[in-house]
Amino acid sequence: MELICPAGTPAAFREAVDAGADAVYCGFRDETNARNFPGLNFSRDELREAIAYARRHKTQTFVALNTFMRAGDEEIWYRAAADAVALGADALILADFGLMAHVTERYPEQRLHVSVQASASNVDAINFLVDAFNAKRVVLPRTLTIADIARIAPKIRCEIEVFVFGGLCVMAEGRCSLSSYATGKSPNMNGVCSPASHVHYRKERNELVSELGEYTINRFPAGEAAGYPTLCKGRFDIADDRAYTFEDPVSLDVMSEIDALTAAGVSALKIEGRQRGKAYVAEVVSTLKKALSAKPEQRTALLAGLRGLSEGQKTTSGAYEKRWR
Amino acid sequence: MTDTPSPSLTMGPVYYLWDGPKWRDFHFRIADESPFDTVVIGETVCSKRQHFIEPHLAEVTGRLEAAGKTVVFSTLALVTLERESRQVRELVEESDHRIEANDLSALGLLNGKPHNVGPLVNVYNAATARLLASRGARTICLPPELPFSSVEKIVADSPEIDFEVFAFGRMPLAISARCAHARSKGKIKDNCLFVCGEEPDGLPVKTLDRQSFLALNGVQTVSHTCQALLGELADLAGCGVSAIRLSPQDCDMVAVAKLYRAVLDGTLEADEAIDRLRDIYPAAPLSNGFHHAREGAAWVARARDVTSGAMA
Repeated sequence: MELICPAGTPAAFREAVDAGADAVYCGFRDETNARNFPGLNFSRDELREAIAYARRHKTQTFVALNTFMRAGDEEIWYRAAADAVALGADALILADFGLMAHVTERYPEQRLHVSVQASASNVDAINFLVDAFNAKRVVLPRTLTIADIARIAPKIRCEIEVFVFGGLCVMAEGRCSLSSYATGKSPNMNGVCSPASHVHYRKERNELVSELGEYTINRFPAGEAAGYPTLCKGRFDIADDRAYTFEDPVSLDVMSEIDALTAAGVSALKIEGRQRGKAYVAEVVSTLKKALSAKPEQRTALLAGLRGLSEGQKTTSGAYEKRWR
Repeated sequence: MTDTPSPSLTMGPVYYLWDGPKWRDFHFRIADESPFDTVVIGETVCSKRQHFIEPHLAEVTGRLEAAGKTVVFSTLALVTLERESRQVRELVEESDHRIEANDLSALGLLNGKPHNVGPLVNVYNAATARLLASRGARTICLPPELPFSSVEKIVADSPEIDFEVFAFGRMPLAISARCAHARSKGKIKDNCLFVCGEEPDGLPVKTLDRQSFLALNGVQTVSHTCQALLGELADLAGCGVSAIRLSPQDCDMVAVAKLYRAVLDGTLEADEAIDRLRDIYPAAPLSNGFHHAREGAAWVARARDVTSGAMA
């Protein structure tokens, strides 16, 4: 089982390699990837050095070019693909069919992975991408149960990678314009969801109000820890009921299901968190690496240590468990 | 002088759960009275709802065709279960009607057959549109999120395909494996008892400051505002868009279609049409922000003053 680890900075990249990642994924410092946040990501030179470092430690580097090419600006994405290939990326993680077609045609030897953002959630969808673009691996959307994965694995002609730890999209990834509706910045075209540039906090009496664009995403009474206003983790009113309408402020953790995921036919486990600091990456990667080789009864204790690092310190197994639906 | 034909009108699939007779009668009236050229039918949002319209599909198709409309069958937007995959496969294999693909499995299965692509498939550039065309796509309805600059560029660079633009209706913004609609009523998707049928135009989601924001439609989340591209129709027609899509809401869709037809034909001013549209569908404020490269909820008036749907 491979462990695929996030890196938003060269420092986090080295930590992930040192902690035992089998592969590290990262992106360029622009809208060609879905974590286009200020202060994150890699210049061409930084990626060159990172790939060299990874090679020395027998670790692979995956480059995420997983946004959708804005019409008229395709050259930005084509150049990113050309550079990632030239710099020696072990795989490109892609979501846009137009970009997949371009990469398949120009760089037929380049290994291509289907990003979670492509939303390939079933056998026919995945085999379409394998046949059309020679995709070698699919990162499954967080819409499937473990039983669903076990059912589709034998029928698809590529490897399966799944998210096991970190942030959790509630919506089918790559098919959500909620943030764009509120801010005008599109996750798909600009690589940002609930961007900090549109976040405001204000005090009102003894409550802290968090806003995204013009919309209130949550209100926190004194004493309640305030979270970042990610749109789908906000608190809203439906009629007279106040609730986390889409999802509580939780993060994904299905590491307790490693054996079931292995049996289902998964070949790689992915950790979310390119926006996280190097200390987080180091701790999560080293702990999960240990958990992978530990006996099931030792695993629980190992993983308990990570709880404090999770968003809101509450976790969910998300769609992997049927009742989440 | 170039003589570009005026765009045709397409009615999208009903995204909401309406009971069978309501759904049937709605389409009968569309057949008998509306100026739509093409009508897309079939459950698109949730596979569990299929049986509500199934008994009426044949008679609705027959009535629409007898009225001269082209009927297109829509596929499911999110396919995860084996049952759902089977539904899509059977539709592709057995249907003698044009099919509109709304997910990647349908795109895969339709390879080599003439087909349409719905607004829930990510087509953001001409490279993607042309790739889909090479596999058999004939008409693509572009995602509502696209700014006009993208629409213009994609249409210009993909001469082999017809393009449609989503010009009326609450915009589909997201879809999930989880049913927030059922969840809001203390249920989960698997035991939902079809509670989404209680809100035939969506269940309003307000912010804690009582701003109208979104609406739930089963596993789909739609905008509170209603996309209304009326002042923009001339630009859309001018750049070569060949069809205008109106997405059904629980209102007089015959009247909505007549308004759009009249503006396209040049017999009604856009401003007058906007005023009338507000009367026909008062449930939601109008928006056109995505078209103008702004937040989707925004309303960009032709006089260029800008307000937001949040405040309405």
